[in-house]
Amino acid sequence: MSKETSTTSSELDAVKAKFAESLSGVSLEWSEFREQHRVVFPATELLKCLIAFKAAGFDQLSDLTAVDLLEYGNASDRFEVIYCLLNVDSGLRLIAKTYLNEPDLTIPSATSVWFGADWLEREVYDMYGILFSGHPNFKRLLLPQEFQSFPMRKDYPVKGRGERHNFPVITRAES
Amino acid sequence: MATQINKQLGDNVFLTTLDAAASWGRANSLWPMPFATACCGIELMSTAASKHDLSRFGSEVMRFSPRQCDLMIVAGRVVMKMLPILQRIWLQMPEPKWCISMGACACSGGVFDTYAVVQGIDRFMPVDVYIPGCPPRPEQLIRGIIDLQEKIQKGGTVNAREFKLRILPEGPPRFDEDELVRIRERNGFKLDDPKYDPVH
Amino acid sequence: MPLELLESPDLNANQREGLWTLNFGPQHPATHTTLRLVLQLDGEMVIDAEPDIGFLHSGFEKLGEVLDFNQYVTIVDRMNYISPMANEIAWHHAVEKLLGIELTPRCKYIRTIFAELMRIHDHLLCLGTCVLDLGGATAFMYAFNEREAIYEICERASGQRFHTSYTRVGGLLYDVTDDWVDMVKKYIKNFAKPYKDFSGLVMKNRIFVERTRDVGVLSRDEAIAGGATGPVARASGVARDLRRDEPYLAYDDFDFDVCASQGGDCYARFQVRMMEMLESIKIIEQAIDKIPSGPIYAAGTGKESMPDKREVYRSIEGLIHHFESVMPNRQMQAPKESVYAATESPNGELGYYIVGDGTFRAYRARTRPPSLLHFSLFARMMRGCMLSDVVAVLGSINIIAAELDR
Repeated sequence: MSKETSTTSSELDAVKAKFAESLSGVSLEWSEFREQHRVVFPATELLKCLIAFKAAGFDQLSDLTAVDLLEYGNASDRFEVIYCLLNVDSGLRLIAKTYLNEPDLTIPSATSVWFGADWLEREVYDMYGILFSGHPNFKRLLLPQEFQSFPMRKDYPVKGRGERHNFPVITRAES
Repeated sequence: MATQINKQLGDNVFLTTLDAAASWGRANSLWPMPFATACCGIELMSTAASKHDLSRFGSEVMRFSPRQCDLMIVAGRVVMKMLPILQRIWLQMPEPKWCISMGACACSGGVFDTYAVVQGIDRFMPVDVYIPGCPPRPEQLIRGIIDLQEKIQKGGTVNAREFKLRILPEGPPRFDEDELVRIRERNGFKLDDPKYDPVH
Repeated sequence: MPLELLESPDLNANQREGLWTLNFGPQHPATHTTLRLVLQLDGEMVIDAEPDIGFLHSGFEKLGEVLDFNQYVTIVDRMNYISPMANEIAWHHAVEKLLGIELTPRCKYIRTIFAELMRIHDHLLCLGTCVLDLGGATAFMYAFNEREAIYEICERASGQRFHTSYTRVGGLLYDVTDDWVDMVKKYIKNFAKPYKDFSGLVMKNRIFVERTRDVGVLSRDEAIAGGATGPVARASGVARDLRRDEPYLAYDDFDFDVCASQGGDCYARFQVRMMEMLESIKIIEQAIDKIPSGPIYAAGTGKESMPDKREVYRSIEGLIHHFESVMPNRQMQAPKESVYAATESPNGELGYYIVGDGTFRAYRARTRPPSLLHFSLFARMMRGCMLSDVVAVLGSINIIAAELDR
């Protein structure tokens, strides 16, 4: 176990060195939990950071998701957008996070960096209402297009607001 | 005289009504239209496979065209995006038709009491047999089909006289808990927040 | 229609004239339950395929915020419903990583055996239904017959054929018995003949080969940038397998190969799945004789694990332990941190991103669904294919609608 940690941290230092110059002005906060490395970068520098991460070898985007921190206790921002990155050849993983607040919920899309982000971003929009500019086909993915709310936000109840039963009834006589 | 005829004819001749004969034919050759959405669809496929063979009961072909089927088996949860499609397919099926609601999710929403899942397809279309289970075992599905066969055998006419009689929706009106909550909110009455307080 | 248009799926209105739109609707036998494709056809050639999903979106992630870690395993089961226990193993792998629990060897071995049995289960269904869609109903029957034996194994261990909800935080629901071990041994002994029958029916069958070879090609770079994992990526040359690269459970103790192929077409994906089934049998053979004895629940887990029912009913300490683990305001607290953990499920990398908030519930339980990323690559795979190839490609990428939509 400790051998793996030292290997991953030396690989991580090599990776950090690779984007040290391209991201020299950007404030990155590194942390580690259960041998996973996380980095927080500001939302204004998003594309720059993602391009630098890709250039440093993280060629696969495993997951793109968001968390609504409304009820999290001592959180200072409302939304957290998470990019789980993977370097396919070396197996190194990185979790990159950024924070967003209302009313400014628009961030550039990552589809220009990894095209697998396409549907993942549509889903984040569908569930949380975070807009991604520069997306090729930006509309809802999972819910019907006419759905008005963003269900994964903490202020939306689990049982919904009656949308699920808003349909005509067909009786035996009519069918 | 009649008994002599019976003795000579034996079991080769049955006396029955046309209606009963038509119902017998319909009951024993039910062609299902599998509306398999989720996990119950896999159990439906297992029931049709070789171990629990559904074609023993007359459901030899699973036609996926609604115009050719008479039994719709709704297997799996129905989501609000899928419900109009379910209704449309039900309307495309020609009479006589029956519907089996297979699994807890189709009967009542199952474990998924969320914003997206319809809490029971019988809210929006007529259902004849409900099969509980999550997912129901193939034996339960076969039992459901046998029950439906008994139901078909009891009613039904050969020249569709029964449709003139079906003018009202069947079954008791349902108690809608969501409606109760909405009535309470409209009147300003709020229950205590059911969330518990964690230790910290 | 000029042929170079086949290269670019983005067509403007002038070019779209003369194309025929076909709705491959949500109710269709080959859509494996509730997917919709809007196809733009030029005669028989597919120019563009736009998927429309969400017909099974049930709010799984919202439920993850309401149910606690042991209750949510019942929901997680229903995601990739053709290999239910693989989801449970992945979920509890992530939860145990968050809580920092190390499993006992016995638990690890049993979970590994189930994970491999579920891999066989999943691949048999995927291959069986793919062949059924292409017209071969016999292979479907053979595959399902084999799966029935695995259902019986699951039923012996947990009581349910399907949707077993067998894993718990730090352990399993029930321990396995000796006759379960005998059942598994008998199963692996009898696997070779049905496998040979199935592959004999399909792999060299001229119709099948012509329908799947060079159809739905996914190149290696597209697979990596698009997020493909599992058999779909391995068939395109990305030789990555989480069981070898990030070993979890007891995979370190076993000797197995990672199956990959260079083709990237449907036939390659099929081949990778067939070979993986044999590798799974190899792993189970190595594991089933050496299951270590001992407790199932991790020692010192305190409030996370459930005690054995005999202790609960017969001793006061057991009763208190049960009370402490079950009552909502006394359960163990997860750290206020987040973790991403993935396992190699039969469909690909099934990962969970869990944010803990100090209670025994997830604040956010995100599933990283392999099927979603594979289906988003569908339009790329459909370049230059014909209408009947849609069915072959859809079957080979093994899309489970419940995992896709959650």
